[in-house]
Amino acid sequence: MVSVAQVWDWLAEVPDPEIPVISVTDLGIVRDVTLEGETVVVTVTPTYSGCPATSVINFEIEKALRAHGVTDLRLERQLDPPWTTDWLKPEARAKLRAYGIAPPIDGSRAEGVVAGRIRRLTGEALVVPCPRCGSKDTKKVSHFGSTPCKAAYQCQSCLEPFDYFKCI
Amino acid sequence: MVVALDLDHALFEGLCRMGDSTLVLGHRVSEWCGHAPVLEEDIALANIALDLIGQTQLWLGLAAQVEGKGKGKGRDADALAFRRDAWEFRNLLLVERPNGDFGHTLMRQFLFDAWHQPMLKALEGSSEARVAEIAAKAGREVAYHLERSADLVIRLGDGTEESHKRMQSALDRLWPYTGEMMTSDETDRALAGAGVMAAPDSIRPAWEAVAAEVLGEATLKIPEGSHMHKGGKQGTHSEHLGHMLATMQWLQRAYPDARW
Repeated sequence: MVSVAQVWDWLAEVPDPEIPVISVTDLGIVRDVTLEGETVVVTVTPTYSGCPATSVINFEIEKALRAHGVTDLRLERQLDPPWTTDWLKPEARAKLRAYGIAPPIDGSRAEGVVAGRIRRLTGEALVVPCPRCGSKDTKKVSHFGSTPCKAAYQCQSCLEPFDYFKCI
Repeated sequence: MVVALDLDHALFEGLCRMGDSTLVLGHRVSEWCGHAPVLEEDIALANIALDLIGQTQLWLGLAAQVEGKGKGKGRDADALAFRRDAWEFRNLLLVERPNGDFGHTLMRQFLFDAWHQPMLKALEGSSEARVAEIAAKAGREVAYHLERSADLVIRLGDGTEESHKRMQSALDRLWPYTGEMMTSDETDRALAGAGVMAAPDSIRPAWEAVAAEVLGEATLKIPEGSHMHKGGKQGTHSEHLGHMLATMQWLQRAYPDARW
């Protein structure tokens, strides 16, 4: 009989398909693991509602658990509370940076509040340090990068373009 | 009993109004894929389309559940998206407007985002937990959509002579389609009365405040005409929707239940 702790350990080795240096547990999308009799129930929350990786993630989780001999399993989707980058594990942030992606900056989540924030909207930008050279002289190229969860930036010092994992 | 059934029907309609609007706008925005003026904008547009289609799966998935409750109707989100005809769609007329130029697409996006964001905020307080959780999820994504579209409307409106002219022309053309977003009908009132969905007219103050601030900053002039088109939410659409659906639904119509 498999234990819940064992399943968590196995899940910690399932890479995110988009950013394979972090695991699905680093990303904070596995919300719960329970046993219902013989059945292992893994509850997963999507990052973005349209994230095309969601079905791949579920497939990878199922594949990994089956490879460890789990035959009786069920995946459940949980929307509430919605996923937030606050759930990224601290070690995941370092892994992201080493991979060339600037990790989310806490407290910078878009609130969609435009009134009174025009200045911020039109240039008072967030400072996102370059994940390669550490320079704070960077500029936003686009609100959206290679995936919905990222924005495109460019470092003005080393000139490298990079992705910034947006706070959500 | 009769009341409960009616409320379910109203909820199905209300969910289709949300899901069809995100679906139609998502499809429209996806038409830019490979055609945007610069690569970064191409990617941004594709990502926004993706968010909207993802939200559609949630709204129409719930609509299908509500519709199927006790009636044995086996439709799912895909069936609702791909097997209904234009008159069964409940999207806002604004979102079926053709893309036009990049400025026109952005203006349409801004006018919608400025409504979408406060609407989702209000829906987070729904007495129906499944509505509230979708709204909370989608709301975080839409906050980014609004910040981006507001930012670009300001940059292009308060930009060059040419970009200003195009943005003003887009605003003039799209303005008559904004009123429908904030007009409540019987279905909206029934849902609002039950605490399930927010009445569209309750969104007006928030929408007007954001529109006035951003358009003002963009040096654009809000049109004076007060005529507003309506009917999309009740299934009366412009000819543009039929053409769009012909493209969007072609594969599923030609090969029903096709699988990859």
